[in-house]
Amino acid sequence: MSTKISFTFDKKKYFGIKGETLASALLRNGIFLVGRSFKYHRPRGIISAGSEEPNAIVQLESGNITEPNVRATEIEIYDGLSATSQNNWPSLNFDLGSINDLFSRFIPAGFYYKTFIWPPKFWEFYEYFIRRAAGLGKSPTTDDPDKYEHLHYHCDILIIGGGISGMYAAKLAAKSNLKTLLLEQNSELGGYDLSNTDSVRTRKLSEELEESNKFKNLKIVKNTSVFAYFHANYLLASQKINKKNLRQVIWKIRAKKVVLATGSIERFLTFHNNDKPGIMLANSARKYLNKYSNKISKEIVIFTNNDSAYKSAIDFHKKGVDVKCIIDLRKQSNGDLVKEAKDLGLKIFFGHVIINTEGKKRINKVIVSEVDEKIENLLGNPKKISCDLLCVSGGWTPTVHLFSQSRGKLIYRESDATFIPDKSFQKEVSIGACNGTFLLKEIFEETFNKMNKIFNEFGIKIEEKFEEITKITFQDKMQHAWIIPSNKNFKKTKMFIDFQNDVTAKDIKLALKEGYRSIEHIKRYTTTGMATDQGKISNVNALGIISNLSNTPIHELGTTTFRLPYTPVTFGAIAGRHIKEFFDVERTTPMHQWHIKNQAKFEDVGQWKRAWYYPKEGENMHQAVNREVKATRDGIGILDASTLGKIDIKGRDSSEFLNRVYTNAWSKLQIGKCRYGLMLGDDGMVIDDGVTSRIRENHYIMTTTTGGAASVMSKLEDWLQTEWPELKVRLTSVTEQFATISLNGPYAINLMKKLCPDQNFSRENFPHMSFKIIKISGIICRVMRISFTGEKCYEINIPSSYAQALWEKCFELGKEFNITPYGTEAMHVLRAEKGFIIVGQETDGSVTPIDLDMSWIVSKKKYDFIGKRALYRSDTIKKDRKQLVGLLTNNPKEILEEGSQIVENISNLPMEMVGHVTSSYYSPNLDRSIALALIKEGIEKKGKKIYIPMPNKTIEATISDPVFVDPLNERLNT
Amino acid sequence: MFLINCPYCGEREQSEFSCGGEAHISRPKNPPDTSDDQWADYLFMRKNIKGVQFERWNHSSGCRQWFNVVRNTSTDEILGIYNMGEAIPEIDGENPKTPSGEPEIGSGNISTSFKKK
Ligand SMILES: [Zn+2]
Repeated sequence: MSTKISFTFDKKKYFGIKGETLASALLRNGIFLVGRSFKYHRPRGIISAGSEEPNAIVQLESGNITEPNVRATEIEIYDGLSATSQNNWPSLNFDLGSINDLFSRFIPAGFYYKTFIWPPKFWEFYEYFIRRAAGLGKSPTTDDPDKYEHLHYHCDILIIGGGISGMYAAKLAAKSNLKTLLLEQNSELGGYDLSNTDSVRTRKLSEELEESNKFKNLKIVKNTSVFAYFHANYLLASQKINKKNLRQVIWKIRAKKVVLATGSIERFLTFHNNDKPGIMLANSARKYLNKYSNKISKEIVIFTNNDSAYKSAIDFHKKGVDVKCIIDLRKQSNGDLVKEAKDLGLKIFFGHVIINTEGKKRINKVIVSEVDEKIENLLGNPKKISCDLLCVSGGWTPTVHLFSQSRGKLIYRESDATFIPDKSFQKEVSIGACNGTFLLKEIFEETFNKMNKIFNEFGIKIEEKFEEITKITFQDKMQHAWIIPSNKNFKKTKMFIDFQNDVTAKDIKLALKEGYRSIEHIKRYTTTGMATDQGKISNVNALGIISNLSNTPIHELGTTTFRLPYTPVTFGAIAGRHIKEFFDVERTTPMHQWHIKNQAKFEDVGQWKRAWYYPKEGENMHQAVNREVKATRDGIGILDASTLGKIDIKGRDSSEFLNRVYTNAWSKLQIGKCRYGLMLGDDGMVIDDGVTSRIRENHYIMTTTTGGAASVMSKLEDWLQTEWPELKVRLTSVTEQFATISLNGPYAINLMKKLCPDQNFSRENFPHMSFKIIKISGIICRVMRISFTGEKCYEINIPSSYAQALWEKCFELGKEFNITPYGTEAMHVLRAEKGFIIVGQETDGSVTPIDLDMSWIVSKKKYDFIGKRALYRSDTIKKDRKQLVGLLTNNPKEILEEGSQIVENISNLPMEMVGHVTSSYYSPNLDRSIALALIKEGIEKKGKKIYIPMPNKTIEATISDPVFVDPLNERLNT
Repeated sequence: MFLINCPYCGEREQSEFSCGGEAHISRPKNPPDTSDDQWADYLFMRKNIKGVQFERWNHSSGCRQWFNVVRNTSTDEILGIYNMGEAIPEIDGENPKTPSGEPEIGSGNISTSFKKK
């Protein structure tokens, strides 16, 4: 009937049964001890059967697919599964860290905070301790071979939770024809009812829902946990697929209406030594028994404050397990389940509590005592009862995490000590146990009514009659007791609240004693509820204890903030496919393959991959760049400038438009001429520069910096659409449509003549700063004579698909002129030798054209242009603004670090900083270092000595003109 | 992470759009005649409202069109979308109260009684 499956835990082989969880399989093999606690390294066992599990977290698999912090209660076993226990060393059964348990007086609440203010000399010791203790599993050290996906989903109704209420809601929604998504975190529908022996209704419902194609508008996805609820009904869920090549999927869901049917989680009771392996939540134990036919135990004791745990007693008894007794802290109960237990002859001790437990790696005895009505004082003599399983139930906590994440408001219900949804903030409803509705009859009524209200909102009516439920199991009132009294001194008790972070009742008392009052502060100070389980079973107990010790009603304390994620999410899932080359868009030029073939090193410029330099065999970067720079000044340097932004400007008012966005005048630019322009923000600061050419009367082509292309385009559209809608101008980005080949150097003209023999390249016919449309090899190209190197230069713009062919042809024909490809590094050196700025390097958003000593480009005649008014605000006309100058180090071999701070006088610290180095290179043409800098009143200070203090020395330099090579531009015009 | 209904393309993810800040600040027509203070006002002074704000948005990774959006900054609820150059639409109601007298849900961020356009 059941299929045996083999798996390993801590390298030992075991067998489990197909369909059960790892936790169930471990219990089947008698393994209760599955981990060590975080701080004291106490032995810890499986405590629950679901996502609330604080103890049974394991490291799943090994090597590159290993995953830490997997809850054994959630993972279904498969053939060959391998898991190891976490947070123990050297082994689970012999743990050196457990020495912490003996010294636990030294690790009280706030330990981590207090440690930091202890004498620093102790730090070495504590650092070791903290680092060891902080280890919760290990992350893989090599690449994950599996894939993770992200998926977008839009629906009318999203139902979260496939328990009885969620399933009923889904059935109703299915009949409404609204697009509905039902998400269930476990591998099957049914929820709490799966623990029942008589779950006929649930099974019928789930079979009906899952019948293929019955409901076309309903999608059911299992193994999927909703972990975040954001604004505007946007939710994230993580689906476990665990197939080769696809491990997890993140669902990004937008729902018009969300139905929360997230159920509830059983609560623990706080008594001395309540953390021994073999102490389990009552309903979880019942789930192992009924769902997985796993008896777990021979002798059971039940400890409860409510009726629900009696179900466990009855079920275990019926399966032949010896239920030794039920310890009920209430004076009495008249619930139907209690009556049934009595009828079965089960022993019940009303008005009793468990005050201690015994057993090292598994519980073997409980110490029971009578207690007074208020559960404050013990009465009579304690007695020992032997057992191998203690089932505990402290009542039920509605799972309101998602409701709270959606920013709904909770209200406290005194009768069963629960926080339940009160007011919704978003378009969502809560149904069933998560709404504090626990009785089956009420769950059905509530779901039916709320769903019909939703359909009403959508304007839909469904033909579905309400299924009346007649069988009602009456449950008597629970009684909450936040701290079970002990016969020990409270200071010596170990009553655990948060199992994963090892927070005890006395830690909370200490925090209160030290003056903490706000629940948020106490949480952080004691770390309660801050572990990977986010305190699912412990938060309300912590609140109760704070309320108890501080004499403040719980509803006045409020709850701590429920933060995402509800359950841990792997980094792999968060990253999805956005890894490695898909992390960001990579843009490459049409000549990219050529660069790769020719050993180019690449540099990222925004999203572009630009050739940085082309080292020849044996060359380092410095040597390669020097060679490229020299070759450009002596022969021909060829640069792939395709990444420059290109904006096509057309329309009646194009000239007027350029007049407004550039600092200089454009109306008089002749057709076939180019002009350099500086673009400012309206604050007067330089934001971009580039050359614009006039192709026809009303047609320009603008080039922008590589990095600024998108933002310039966006800004230009902004002006056109919002400020100057009267201008008839159209902008089109043609960056990708044209590739740009830049030929520089004294012999560039010779190559051009070879490329286009019919063309007249004389100075008169094709002078500097002019533009021609030329056919090269039959392809219509736009050629500009502009220069960013100070050499004669032809920039050929060619339709992208022909670019690599022309690029290669240049090398073929340019061989005799020693044509040399140069990358961005040589480009920077060449332009710095000429003192040309790079926007974003010489400027940083706080630099005006005047600061750059470029007032020649700022029109005095124009009434207005963007940035003009700001150029004479009090701040921009200040005398002591930083200005662009050149720097020459006294030692020509010394190359300054870019970004270095500049001072005028060496004095004691702090020294007054007068500027900083913006660009710095070695110039092979001058055989010395050169630098550009922004210095306060620098233009007036040319020739003055300044200092650049570095960590180990002070460098002396002299302020100079920023143009280092060919200041008269003779190379351009000969 | 909300949706914006671009008047030209339809409803799209917020990530396709960029926000251009406060709307209805027009560039002075006579810059040379403005005082430093007036120019600084135009350049730098922006409201930072908790509640209903009139903003410019650009469908930057889409049709590249600019338009105006009325958004409640505390809930990301969009109360209206209208073209550039259009007058400010009427929005009835009160802003979320802050920092005192906040409504009791949504960390004081609820917008109440705003009429959608
Ligand atoms: Zn659009």
